[in-house]
Amino acid sequence: MAKAAESSGDPGTTSPRPLMRDLKAVGKKFMHVLYPRKSNTLLRDWDLWGPLILCVTLALMLQRSSVDSEKDGGPQFAEVFVIVWFGAVTITLNSKLLGGNISFFQSLCVLGYCILPLTVAMLVCRLVLLAEPGPINFMVRLFVVIVMFAWSIVASTAFLADSQPPNRKALAIYPVFLFYFVISWMILTFTPQ
Amino acid sequence: MAAADELAFHEFEEASNLLAETPDAATTSGSDQLTPQGHVAVAVDSGGSYGAEEEAEESDRTALLQEEKQQPGFWTFGYYQSFFDVDTSQVLDRIRGSLLPRPGHNFVRHHLRNQPDLYGPFWICATLAFVLAVTGNLTLVLAQRRDPSIHYSPQFHKVTVAGITIYCYVWLVPLALWGFLRWRKGVRERVGPYTFLETVCVYGYSLFVFIPTVVLWLIPVPWLQWLLGVLALSLSGASLVFTLWPVVREDTSLVAAVLLSTVVLLHALLAVGCKFYFFQPLPLEHLAPPLQATSLPPDVLLPLTPGAKTT
Repeated sequence: MAKAAESSGDPGTTSPRPLMRDLKAVGKKFMHVLYPRKSNTLLRDWDLWGPLILCVTLALMLQRSSVDSEKDGGPQFAEVFVIVWFGAVTITLNSKLLGGNISFFQSLCVLGYCILPLTVAMLVCRLVLLAEPGPINFMVRLFVVIVMFAWSIVASTAFLADSQPPNRKALAIYPVFLFYFVISWMILTFTPQ
Repeated sequence: MAAADELAFHEFEEASNLLAETPDAATTSGSDQLTPQGHVAVAVDSGGSYGAEEEAEESDRTALLQEEKQQPGFWTFGYYQSFFDVDTSQVLDRIRGSLLPRPGHNFVRHHLRNQPDLYGPFWICATLAFVLAVTGNLTLVLAQRRDPSIHYSPQFHKVTVAGITIYCYVWLVPLALWGFLRWRKGVRERVGPYTFLETVCVYGYSLFVFIPTVVLWLIPVPWLQWLLGVLALSLSGASLVFTLWPVVREDTSLVAAVLLSTVVLLHALLAVGCKFYFFQPLPLEHLAPPLQATSLPPDVLLPLTPGAKTT
């Protein structure tokens, strides 16, 4: 986002370069999440485009159709959105209150980007659900969701753990675990109507 | 800083054992025998929120804290940071303390050591709310496997209900209790009651035992479920009662009895309410079709609406 601001000052620039640059930055961060290493790229150049894209994709795929009954269905689009962003803000506040030295938006950026494995799991689950239902169907989905959940936790821990004081790491990581657990639960219980 | 924390911990270790018997006493730190005003007082009535400066255990710093000159204002971030000034080991120790209540072992004195935190209550309540919703949903899934006529749905609204109920319980009931105890303190002028945060802490940590209980409620054996429920309720209620007893015993025995039984009753209501709302008694659903009774609660009838699906 900072890079786009710099180049938008030029009058008469109609080149697509700022957009491509931002897209490349987002793509680079996706790669960092998929292959988590202890690098600072996610933290240094934070942006919230990636988390927004992922959150909207996830919410679109998770929302129930309008013919479903009001009370009993899965989450609505707005509910998924609220859970993801409200959850990320709560975890960030918790981490800062415990004495972590990560900035607010950096933490939101990391948590948002680490939803990528779970979004992939959602895509896979939707494809698997096109096949006939049954216990094998469920086991495949369960396996995929568990693997992607573990991937999300590992990725976010690799980025966030260093910013916490050493005797409070577990206290800061546990809410992240709970957050991704709830999202995984929403993905696993998704049933198309 | 870790060494300073460990030193402080050992000091408090001995101090709290003494304090548990005589709550009004103040302890003196070993290095301050020559300067009586610089004592490390774990006083009962001081507010639960010490500033983050307490990390540096210097004697003049503690003297300043004693006079409350450096209390951060509630509009600063440091004020709220003081409520989260706990380590992993402290949180685990407090959870263990709430799981195993002992008659002489006051949770506030021995485990909180007048340093209540908001981390434990907040995240225990969040975990409990989500665990309730998830296991309630799982119960429905397992029931549907046994009886395909039951309609399965993710029932996502239950997460909201669970969250609101539990958070309201952990904030409003301690508020009422604290208010009542302060009113009685005004009347009786005895040992001061706990601060609001300490009461919230006690309630929050006492709910921890329900988390494994709710997970074990997945086992669809009714008498086992009731046994587990009673066990959890007695552990949790005992923790509350043993903590409140030293404050309440100086009062008239009528007030003490009414207060303690109200606390236990509210706790039981929460447990039973959760059991019935999230884990609907499934045999009723099997009986419902021949009865077509309107006396059944609507959320039991709902799965049997014409939209019932078979897999």
